[in-house]
Amino acid sequence: MSVGSVVLRGGTVVTRDAERAADVRVEGGVVTDVAAPGARLVADLVLDASDCHVSSGFVDLHAHLREPGKEEAETVQTGSRAGALGGYTALVAMPNTDPPQDSVAVVDFVREQGKRAGLVEVVPSGCITAGRRGESLAPLAELAAAGVGLFTDDGNGVQDAMLMRRALEYARGLGVTLAQHCEVADLTRGAVMNECSCCTNLGLPGWPAIAEELMVFRDIELVRLTGATMHFLHLSTARSVELVRGAKRDGLPVTAEVTPHHLSLTDERLASFDSVYKVNPPLRSRADLVALALGVRDGTIDAIATDHAPHPRRDKELALDQAPPGMLGLETSLGVVAPRLELGPRELVRVMSWNPARIARVHERHGRDVAPGEPANLTVFDLGASWAVDPTRLASRSTNTPYVGVALTGRVRHTLLAGVPTVRDGAATR
Amino acid sequence: MKHLRSIGELRPEQLTGLLRLADHMTEINHRPVPRVPALRGRTVASLFFEDSTRTRLSFETAAKRLSADVLTFNVSTSSVNKGESLRDTVATITDMGVDCFVVRHRSAGVPWQVSGWTTASVVNAGDGAHQHPTQALVDCYTIRERTHSERMDGLHVAIVGDIAHSRVARSNVAAFGMLGARITLVAPPTLLPPDVSHWGVGASQDLDGLLGEVDVLYMLRLQSERMAQGHVPSLREYGECYGLTRDRVLRLRADAMVMHPGPMNRGVEMQIDPTELKNSMIHRQVANGVSVRMAVLFDLLGAGSHLGGQA
Repeated sequence: MSVGSVVLRGGTVVTRDAERAADVRVEGGVVTDVAAPGARLVADLVLDASDCHVSSGFVDLHAHLREPGKEEAETVQTGSRAGALGGYTALVAMPNTDPPQDSVAVVDFVREQGKRAGLVEVVPSGCITAGRRGESLAPLAELAAAGVGLFTDDGNGVQDAMLMRRALEYARGLGVTLAQHCEVADLTRGAVMNECSCCTNLGLPGWPAIAEELMVFRDIELVRLTGATMHFLHLSTARSVELVRGAKRDGLPVTAEVTPHHLSLTDERLASFDSVYKVNPPLRSRADLVALALGVRDGTIDAIATDHAPHPRRDKELALDQAPPGMLGLETSLGVVAPRLELGPRELVRVMSWNPARIARVHERHGRDVAPGEPANLTVFDLGASWAVDPTRLASRSTNTPYVGVALTGRVRHTLLAGVPTVRDGAATR
Repeated sequence: MKHLRSIGELRPEQLTGLLRLADHMTEINHRPVPRVPALRGRTVASLFFEDSTRTRLSFETAAKRLSADVLTFNVSTSSVNKGESLRDTVATITDMGVDCFVVRHRSAGVPWQVSGWTTASVVNAGDGAHQHPTQALVDCYTIRERTHSERMDGLHVAIVGDIAHSRVARSNVAAFGMLGARITLVAPPTLLPPDVSHWGVGASQDLDGLLGEVDVLYMLRLQSERMAQGHVPSLREYGECYGLTRDRVLRLRADAMVMHPGPMNRGVEMQIDPTELKNSMIHRQVANGVSVRMAVLFDLLGAGSHLGGQA
């Protein structure tokens, strides 16, 4: 779709220092004007932004796009479309593809698929260890030279403390960030759900909080030792938040994310034996949920990240202990998070866009203020809009959303990537 | 009652009602031709994804004595091994006109999933470490047969062994508790679930201290892989601390009942030949299995028909 210039009319522009009513004009991939309402900006296309906030596009630090290898579940194109509908202009693609993103060839392929889809900027992450096997380092320098800024073995934590130390030392020299999936595997063998009174009743093997917290603690201390920067993926327990809070108090270069589902759902959901609620790390207790929300509010947790994890129906229709963990997140994150976190628009944009853009190292293009000359990667969202998920109408190739029948508040109306609408009036343009 | 997936789905009066119904079934089973037409025209499919001899035979015998048709699904030769999903298997068999699935699976929750995919009734014949409700009903029936009481108020039951991995323990804690029994779980902490504080039971590591006061000693099977997983140092040490030895039998009260859901691990939790036990209920547990499962199937499928008559 070719669009010359666009005006977003009637919205409230959110920047780091203000929220103010303004119209925004974009052309040639950049913002050209931010003007008071009534300025009569002229463009080829005028989009209604009344009742909406206009901000830099959202950035997801944690999306499983499944390509290459599991195109039955999702492709870069369908995942990008889901992302755009969720207000995202950049997605960090997780490296647990098949083959994994531990070589320049695979990383380049994923990035190219993203460009071909043209709906968001797809930012491939790289593996920390070769094949995500946790045995030897992936070619971090080659991958860094190919533009990778965030490395993770997501799905696996790096178990070997010596290898993790080496990875951090090596990464420090390259100026890249390592992101850890914190799970001491010895403590979670066969685990299906949070270890709690609920798993006692259900006879399901428990995934204890300490399996996460031990690795958070270990890695904080390794950061203290090595000086490398570290990002903690999908924190799920109160004690993990407390550990990161302490690390930040000590001035260590650590950041952390939390998922919408850990902010909205608890472990009791598993009593239905519906595998849609199986996720890794598992849904936790109400007390954990409250502590995570508090962590977002006080800045301990820097970013909301979806851990969008599509799975085909036939995989999720296995017994609970055999079904793969993961749930969809890209299209619903704003509607789940906005009403639950009680954040102002600026605080919301901070955790959805500004902070994750910095952590993903795409802050030259994303998470900028809406101002003349800045890249026109923008999201227009209505925090008052209530809606319900229809799993048959998701852009994702999979349908494993836990939010069917749940009222969501907050919906994306338009998304612009480099000045071009990828979502217009709630519908993807391509 | 549409399904029987867990003891928790029953109200106390439903539980005692099923036991009373099982009395009628026992009477039928004592007839020269133990068969009634109550479920004629009904079809029961036994869907066993995990090996079982006694439970499957017990259900199939129960269904046949009520004149139901029985479909036996054999996992080893089925299309499950050709990549067919659990859901597709259930849908296919449902299409053949099945009224009831009897489901056993090594994973917790499968009977709930199955009941979401079929219009037929579902009976849980054991799901992972979660529930085995008909075993608990059999155990309640067996105790009732001995005490001649519908309730278990005042009875002290010790359940000994691998509680953490036992579906029998979870169902029995619920069922015995519903009938008013006092329950003590006896196991090393490594074989207890993470949090039993809300179960309303006691927990102990001292089997010997309890021997003189329990009315029912319920022994659970210890699987040998628990050693490799670090739950117990060795089967020998487990047997020393938690096994039923001749010495321990002598310290039981004279009228205390000994129970075991089978199959037994001779030399581990059972260090004495059960035939030497004066108050072993173990054979009664097996014998009562058919009557109780007849009661369950009749309750689920027998609406509108009545017992009695000859097939």
